[in-house]
Amino acid sequence: MLAAALVGVIGLQAESASATAAVTCVADAETGCIGGTLQNTAGPVEGVTITVSNEDDEFEESATTAANGTWAVAIPGRARYTVELDESTLPSTAALADSAENPVEQLAVVGASSTVDFNLVLDATPSTGGSSSTTTGTVTPTRLLQQFALGIRYGLILALAAVGLSLIYGTTGMSSFSHGEQVTLGALLTFVFSIQLHWPIVLSVLAAVVLSAASGWLQDVGIWQPLRRRRVGLVQLMIVSIGLSLALQYAFQFRFGGSTLQVLPSIAKSWSIGPIRLSIPSYIAMGCATIVLVGVALFLQRTRTGRATRAISDNPALAAASGIDVDKIIRLVWILATGLAGLGGALLALAFNGAAWDLGLQMLLLMFAAVTLGGLGTAYGALIGSLIIGVVVEMSTLWLPSSLKFAVALLILILVLLIRPQGILGRAERVG
Amino acid sequence: MNWSDLLSLTAGELIAPTTAAYALAAIGLNIHFGFTGLLNMGQAGFMLVGAYGFAATAQAGQGFPLSALVGVGCSVVFALILGIPTLKLRGDYLAIVTISAAEIVRLIGRSSVLSDITNGAAGIPASRFNKDFLGLSVLPDGRTALGPFAYANNVGDGWWTRIVAWAAVLLAVLLVWRLMSSPWGRVLKGIREDEDAVRSLGKSVYGYKMQALVLGGAMAGFAGVLFVMPASVQPDAMGRSMTFFIWTILLLGGAATLWGPVIGSMIFFVALMFIKTVMRDVLPSVLRPEQLEPLAGILVGITLMLLVIFRPQGIFGDKKELMLDVR
Amino acid sequence: MSAELSSPAPLAKTAAQALAGVAPEPGVAKPDPIIVADDVVRRFGGMTAVDVRHLEVQRGAITALIGPNGAGKTTLFNLLTGFDKPNSGTWEFDGRRLNGVSAGRVARAGMVRTFQLTKALSRLTVLQNMQLGATKQPGEGFFTSLVKPLWAAREREITAQAEELLIRFKLDAKSEDFAGSLSGGQRKLLEMARALMAKPELVMLDEPMAGVNPALTQSLLGHIQTVRDEGTTVLFVEHDMQMVRRIADWVVVMAEGKIVAEGPPSAVMENPAVVDAYLGAHHDTDLGDESVMAEGVLEQLEAEEATE
Repeated sequence: MLAAALVGVIGLQAESASATAAVTCVADAETGCIGGTLQNTAGPVEGVTITVSNEDDEFEESATTAANGTWAVAIPGRARYTVELDESTLPSTAALADSAENPVEQLAVVGASSTVDFNLVLDATPSTGGSSSTTTGTVTPTRLLQQFALGIRYGLILALAAVGLSLIYGTTGMSSFSHGEQVTLGALLTFVFSIQLHWPIVLSVLAAVVLSAASGWLQDVGIWQPLRRRRVGLVQLMIVSIGLSLALQYAFQFRFGGSTLQVLPSIAKSWSIGPIRLSIPSYIAMGCATIVLVGVALFLQRTRTGRATRAISDNPALAAASGIDVDKIIRLVWILATGLAGLGGALLALAFNGAAWDLGLQMLLLMFAAVTLGGLGTAYGALIGSLIIGVVVEMSTLWLPSSLKFAVALLILILVLLIRPQGILGRAERVG
Repeated sequence: MNWSDLLSLTAGELIAPTTAAYALAAIGLNIHFGFTGLLNMGQAGFMLVGAYGFAATAQAGQGFPLSALVGVGCSVVFALILGIPTLKLRGDYLAIVTISAAEIVRLIGRSSVLSDITNGAAGIPASRFNKDFLGLSVLPDGRTALGPFAYANNVGDGWWTRIVAWAAVLLAVLLVWRLMSSPWGRVLKGIREDEDAVRSLGKSVYGYKMQALVLGGAMAGFAGVLFVMPASVQPDAMGRSMTFFIWTILLLGGAATLWGPVIGSMIFFVALMFIKTVMRDVLPSVLRPEQLEPLAGILVGITLMLLVIFRPQGIFGDKKELMLDVR
Repeated sequence: MSAELSSPAPLAKTAAQALAGVAPEPGVAKPDPIIVADDVVRRFGGMTAVDVRHLEVQRGAITALIGPNGAGKTTLFNLLTGFDKPNSGTWEFDGRRLNGVSAGRVARAGMVRTFQLTKALSRLTVLQNMQLGATKQPGEGFFTSLVKPLWAAREREITAQAEELLIRFKLDAKSEDFAGSLSGGQRKLLEMARALMAKPELVMLDEPMAGVNPALTQSLLGHIQTVRDEGTTVLFVEHDMQMVRRIADWVVVMAEGKIVAEGPPSAVMENPAVVDAYLGAHHDTDLGDESVMAEGVLEQLEAEEATE
C-alpha cells in the first residue's frame, strides 16, 4: 500500500521522464533495445564505439556513446546478443576494469530495454598509452590511493544507510530487509526532482531526504507499530520487511524501468587532489556524509532523546521501566533511519550520477556486512564497519575482477561471523 | 480475450517443471524453517550450486545419474560449509550468512573468473547438459496431448522432464512424511520450539540442525537441476527474488504442513500466470509490456506481507500450529 | 520446625539419617556425594556471579539451593548443566568429569534439568513432549527413522512410560493437547515429568514452584518427594522457604556467588550468616514472604536477558 502511494506521488510527473535521455531507441512491439551508460568515476565517457551482434541472425549494429555517456542499439528479436566495447576508442582517461568482461553476452527481447554496463575505471596512467595497462594488475601507489579514496567515498555513503539499519535493529530487534529500498527511494526521488522537475540539485536532495523520512514515519504508523502492538514475532517482522522490499523494488522497476537514470542535469567536472581524482559531486557527497554522521553521533551522545535511543538498544524492558516512551523513540528511529538511507541514496546517485531500481538492493547485504562487522545494534560499529567494507570493496578491484567486489565483502562478513560473531565493537555476552 | 488460451496457459503452470522445481525447493525450505525453525534466506543459492555442479559434470560428458548426484553433492557441501560456523549462533546469523553466500555464488557464477564452467552472466544453455537426461526417457519421440496439456515428449520443456520432476516432488513428500512422523522429526520440531529444552533432554541440537540443513539443501540442489532442465543455468534468474518467491510459496501453502509447499507452488504460479495473462490482454493501453513482470513482483511482495500478517498458518495450514515467534 | 516434620516416608528418613552426622558448614564433605565441584568461577564483565570453592551434593537426597536474588543460583545451575561456560573450575558427576562438556552430553550422563521459565514445546502435544524426553531412541537417528520396524518397539515402550507418568502427574487427560495450551502450573508439571522420562540419576529443578497455584504446589511437592523415594537425587532452586522447609533434606545457601551456609533446613534457618545474607536488615520478616517472590520477577527478567 505504501509502495502504491509512493508510486502515485511520483507518477504525477511521469510523462516527461525520458525526454532528457540522449539516446534514440524506443522499445515497441517489434523492436527491443540494448543500451547503457558508459561512465567512470570522472564522469560519463563520450565517443566510445560499442557493437551489438548476433551470429545466428547475422545482426550487427554499432553505437557511439553520447556526451552523457549513454548509448543504445535497436534489436530485431529475442536472442542472445554479444555486446562488445571497442577498447581502442576509449579516451586515454578511461579503461576497462577487467578486459575479460568484454564482450558481454546479453539476452534481449523485443518490447523491452536491456541494460549493459561496462565497468570502467579511471586510467591513472594515461601516459603509458594502451588502456590495457590498468587491467594487467600492476598495482601502483597512485591506483592504490585512488581506490582507497573511492572506498572511503563508498564507505561514508554506506555508513549513512548502515547506521539507520543498526538503529532499527538495536531498538526493535528486527533485521529490516527493506532498508535497501529506502536507499533506492532517496536516489530515485533525487532523479524525479532534479531531472523531471528541474529543481536545483541541493533542493532536490533535500526534498528526497524529507520524503524518505516521511516514508519511514508512514511505515511505522501503517505497518510496524500495529505489528508491534500485536506482538508479532521478530521472524515474522523480518519476512514482512522482505515482502515490503520485494513490493518496493518492483514498484521502482515498474515506474522507472530497468535502466540507470542520470540525476545531474549536466556533466560534472572532476578535481584532482594529488593523485586522487574524483568528480566534484563525489567530494560534496563525502563532505555531506561526514557532517551528517558527526551530527548523528552528537545526537546519540549528547541529547536526551539520543541517550534514550541507546538505552532502549541496551535493555528495552529497563528503558520502558525508567519512563522512556519506547514507542515514540522507535517512531523517531524509523524516521531518522529512513531519512539517513534516503540521503545515502541521494548522495550515491550524485557521486555516480546514476539512479536505478536495484541501487539499494545491491547495497543491502553490504549494509548487513558493515553492521555485523561493527557489531549488531551498535551505531558506531556500523560506521566503522561501513568504512572497512567500502575500502575493501573498492580496493579489491586492484587484484580481482570488479564483478567480484561485492562477493569479497560478503566473504568478509562470513569470516567475521566465524571468528568474532559479536563484531568489532559488540559485546561477547550477547551472542549464543 | 481468448478464454481457452488463458485456461491452457494457466493450467500449463500447474504441472510445469518450474512449478515442480519450486515445490521441491519449498519442501526443502519447509524442513529448514517449518520443521526445524532455521532461517535459510539463501535457498536459491543451494539451487544454483546444485545446478552448476550438475551442468558442469554433464557438460564434461558424464551421464545424468552421476551429474545429478554431483549437483546434489555440491549443495550438501554448501550446506556443511554454511552450517558449521553458524548453527551454533543465534538464528538471524544463519539468515545473513545464507543470503550472503547465495549472493557470492551468483556473483562468482556471473563473473568471468570461472567462465569455463559457468559461461559467465550469459549462463549455460540446456542443450549442453540435458542430452543424456532426455536420452534416458522411456517415452517415444513425438508429442502428446492430454486435455489442455500438449507438449513434446522428449525435449527440455517436455513430458519427460515433467514426469521426472513431479516424481521427485512426490518422493520428497513421502520422505518428509516418513521423517516427520518419526522420533527424528519429533526432535526437529522440538528444536523449532525451544533449542535449550531439547538440549536439556540430552539431544545433540547442533547435529540435528546440521542434518536438517543438509537434507533441505540437498532437495534444493536437485530442485536446481530440475529448474535449469528446460532452459539454461542463468545465475541472475536464481538470485534473492527466487529465494523470496520460495518463501512466499511455503507461507502460502502453510509452513510445517506436508503438502503446503506443493499446493503453494501450484497456486503461486497459476495465479501469477493468470494475472499476467489477464493484464496483458486487458490493460495494453495502461501497461507497457516490460511492466508486466514488475507488476507481478509487486503483487508477490504484497501477498507475502499480507500472508505473514493475517494468515501466518498459510491458506490450508492448521490455525493451532501457526508459525509463532521462532527465535 | 524440626526435620522430622517434613520426612514422612522411610526413604526420606534414610536420606536425612545419612546426612545427620554431617557438620552444617559451607563446603562440607558428604558421605556419598553425586556431585563434587571445586573452585567454580563465572564472571560477567566485572561482576563475579559465581565463586564456589567446594560443593558436594548427597546422592539420594533432596538438596535445596537458596539465596537472595543475584546470588548466582541459576548461574551455578547453568554451569553445572553445560548451558554456560565457567571462567575456571572443575566438577564431577557420579565420578565423571563434566566441566567443559556440552549440555546434551551432560543430560545423557544422567543429569537432567528444568528451567525457571518453563520451556514447554508449545506446538508439540503433551505426549510428544514426554516422548522427546526419553533416551536411547533408535528412531532419533536419521537413517533408522526411515524404517519404522527398527524403532516401533522402543516407541511403544516410551509411550507406555509416558502415559504412566502423565497419569501420575494428572496430565493424562491433556495428552493429545498442544503443550502451548496448558496453564503455567501444568507446564511446570509437564517439564518435570518430561525430565523424568530420561530416568536421570539427578534432576535439577530451577524454581519448580514459581508461579504455580497453591493447589498444584501441594502435588508438586509430593511428586518431588516420590522422585527422591524412587532413588533419584533432587537438587532444586527455590525462593519459597516454606517449601524448602517441608521437603528438603539439606539446604545450601548462596549469597553474592558464594556458598555461605549449609545444613539441614532447621539448622540453616537459624544460622546468623543466612539471616544476614538473606534478609539484610529485615530480621523479623518471614522467609516465605511475598516480597521475596516479587523480587523473583526481577530475576526472571535478568534470566530472560541472559538466555538471549
